[in-house]
Amino acid sequence: METVLQPGAPRFSEEETGPTPRTHCFHCETPCATTAFRKEEKSFCCHGCLTVFEILTENGLTDFYKLSANAGVRVKVSEQADEFAFLDEPTVRQRLVNFSDDRTSRITLHLPAIHCIACVWLLEHLFRLKEGIGQSVVNFPRKEISISFENEKLKLSEVVALLASLGYEPDLKFSDLEKLKHPVSRRLWLQLGIAGFAFGNIMLFSISSYFGLDVEHFKKLFGYLSFALALPVFFYSASDYWKSAWQSLRRRMLTIEVPIAAGIVALFAQSAYEVCSGRGEGYFDSLAGLLFFLLCGKLFQQKTYDRLAFDRDYKSFFPLSVTRKTAESEERVSLSQLEVGNYLLIRHGELIPADARVTQGVALIDYSFVTGESEPVEKQPGDHLFAGGRQIGAAIEVETVKAVSQSYLTSLWSQESFRKEKSETLDTLTNVYSQRFTKIVMVIAIGAALFWWFFDSSRAVKAFTSVLIVACPCALALAAPFALGTAQRVLARRNIFLKTPSVIETLAKVDAIVFDKTGTLTAAGAGSIAFAGAPLTPTEENALVSLSRQSTHPNSARIAELLSHRTAEPVRSFVENTGCGIEGLVGGTEILMGSALWLQTRGVNVPAISASGSTVHIATNQIYRGCFILASAVRAEIGAMLNKLSEHYELTLLSGDNEREREQFSALFGTSSQLYFNHGPQRKFEFVGDLQSAGKTVMMVGDGLNDAGAFKQSAVGVAVVENISAFSPASDVIMSASMVPHLHETLRFSKGAVRIVKLSFLVSSLYNVIGLSIAASGKLSPIICAILMPLSSITVVAFACGMTAWLGKRTFGSSSQVETPVRPKGNQSLLTSAATTMREAA
Amino acid sequence: MIVIFLLIPLSIVIAACFLGAFIWAVRSGQYEDTCTPSMRVLLDEEQKADSQFSNENKHEHSN
Repeated sequence: METVLQPGAPRFSEEETGPTPRTHCFHCETPCATTAFRKEEKSFCCHGCLTVFEILTENGLTDFYKLSANAGVRVKVSEQADEFAFLDEPTVRQRLVNFSDDRTSRITLHLPAIHCIACVWLLEHLFRLKEGIGQSVVNFPRKEISISFENEKLKLSEVVALLASLGYEPDLKFSDLEKLKHPVSRRLWLQLGIAGFAFGNIMLFSISSYFGLDVEHFKKLFGYLSFALALPVFFYSASDYWKSAWQSLRRRMLTIEVPIAAGIVALFAQSAYEVCSGRGEGYFDSLAGLLFFLLCGKLFQQKTYDRLAFDRDYKSFFPLSVTRKTAESEERVSLSQLEVGNYLLIRHGELIPADARVTQGVALIDYSFVTGESEPVEKQPGDHLFAGGRQIGAAIEVETVKAVSQSYLTSLWSQESFRKEKSETLDTLTNVYSQRFTKIVMVIAIGAALFWWFFDSSRAVKAFTSVLIVACPCALALAAPFALGTAQRVLARRNIFLKTPSVIETLAKVDAIVFDKTGTLTAAGAGSIAFAGAPLTPTEENALVSLSRQSTHPNSARIAELLSHRTAEPVRSFVENTGCGIEGLVGGTEILMGSALWLQTRGVNVPAISASGSTVHIATNQIYRGCFILASAVRAEIGAMLNKLSEHYELTLLSGDNEREREQFSALFGTSSQLYFNHGPQRKFEFVGDLQSAGKTVMMVGDGLNDAGAFKQSAVGVAVVENISAFSPASDVIMSASMVPHLHETLRFSKGAVRIVKLSFLVSSLYNVIGLSIAASGKLSPIICAILMPLSSITVVAFACGMTAWLGKRTFGSSSQVETPVRPKGNQSLLTSAATTMREAA
Repeated sequence: MIVIFLLIPLSIVIAACFLGAFIWAVRSGQYEDTCTPSMRVLLDEEQKADSQFSNENKHEHSN
């Protein structure tokens, strides 16, 4: 079986190449750019997909394709055989593996490409593909796989390579290494189960007293039984409330947990006293019920968090390993082993992990992560490179001059405001209300106790505890999690993901919005391409697409995409002059594509062209033919959205790009907004800070890592992403690019959701007024308590959820499933996939 | 009414059995993923044969 996985020689023949109708890859459904990869009457887009098909066929796993219409995942062909070798280093391995003994190891990996039932099926059949793999279990919602394998037969790197060869490359990020594996919510489930168990059984014992069917000797027995059942609830199920109440008291704050804990203690103490003294049965049913409902709310909250959890840690941007060059060989090492003075090989598309100096080759660095400038910068040997840049084009060799932790990006991230957690716990709605609430309740409780002390001292203690019991702000604690949690789900269904539900509260307060340009208002790589000059003939277009497909430069990729309906022809003597252009011979014609300056140095007369956007000039046989103008396109409906927003918010555009497109944007933004260009991350960060010190609540809408500083500084950072699985910058909100035009609705919806929370507070205080008036009179009976407390909780939950869901429908329209979640196809950009295809074809 | 002294322990024992089953289910991780098993059940026959096979396989190696 081993041999199957070795990427064998592709079984295709060149004769089949020719003008053909557009077909789709049998494996991954992407349109085939070439007909080179065929097997059994089926077409494939690349060698990787064909290999997977062959592996599956030979192992009798073709059911894979029957299970789902779009089962396959496009395979990224690895350029190095030992890409994952670093995983076998004992330190790395030890941190990744969950469990390991002499014979077997178990590892849990995140596979972003998991998307359908066929993936589950294939991944749970891994043992048929490679000997040594035991059980593999997929957790679909978390896109995780847990694999056990035998140490003797397989190395960890081989397991990962197997997954990668099938198109499921694990998302091996730094944070995985540092993440502690914790049993997610087992403890909460157990607490909830025990509370529910006690709740049901105590109710059973209490029914007789609800209906006044008290029999004296049973009453005592039932009382003790209820007491016994309530003990685990009090000591285990409620234990988290003790901890948080104690913590907030020590920090001298009145969070919502304090009155809850006080209520539970009062409830328990009063009931224990009544049972032991033989006066009655106590309120153990209410105690268990209360905790059951509270824990249900907590579970709901945690489920919502879990589903939408994403990493705010900047380290996840960095690649996990880099290629280090030593005197005789190259090795893959993890970032933590990197030292100053190491020589690294940076290939096309790889990030520069630390500040470095170019030692060999011409670097063409895409700093769009750092500066926002989308056009790559050329660097010569000896030049300094900043961490976070991405190499485009041929491989370069660099020498690191700073350690990873000291470099530019880290210093930007570790500025003061990054370390300071946004004070989310202090000013949330619930806590503001619970502060007031607790004070009022204490006043009433003490007042009632004092009143009865003078008139009927036997009732004083009971009145005091009754007030605390009834006023227990269960409904208050549930209102916000349910309303905001539902709001979070409503938004998530529309591909807007919030970090925590409390982000909605901040969104409702926003009064100034700062926009980034590249990738936010404009679609990256999807702008218009126009050709200026005499129309190209089909032969010329064929030649241009043949040439441009040889290069991985973004502009070449876009031109190749534009002309992809043309047939590629063989190219001879191809040269890529990094930073200048490309040249080659296609069918006897010499073609030059590149910058005006470069064409001039090659003796071509280039007329001056004034255009907004990048230009690619073309010359055939030394004669100028014209140029492609590649503009970045503003997303659809942006104008209408900005119009609506400018009525209520202060809008600003901050761009790292140059001023080329100022006119276009000033028309979009209108006169009342400010536009700033040439703003790097530091200036964006400062600008947001200035706005905030002027008393504004700022929302920053951006796309890249370069906005990370501004994101953290702003009250809400909104990251706009083209593909949800591909990229998640440090931010509070991740928004699918298609939802950007609906920003206005999103903000309106947040305001509505906060209003619903406030209304829920009002509803729960109505119950409290009724309950308190009974309690203060010292006549609270177990049955009133048992009815009132669940009733208030349930109405508040139903009200909060129902109203929020209704509001979501009203705001966004009832066609709730507008967006099917973007189908993850690995982290491949158009660029790299084009490059891969091309390399295969060549 | 004396029967109640039999019924109460009985009901508590039965309820405790269910609680025990619940605790076992939580501990064995069944509540951590409630979505994938619903998909797995659709991939029936071969799946069962396979997992047996893989278990035997494992057993064999551990001997």
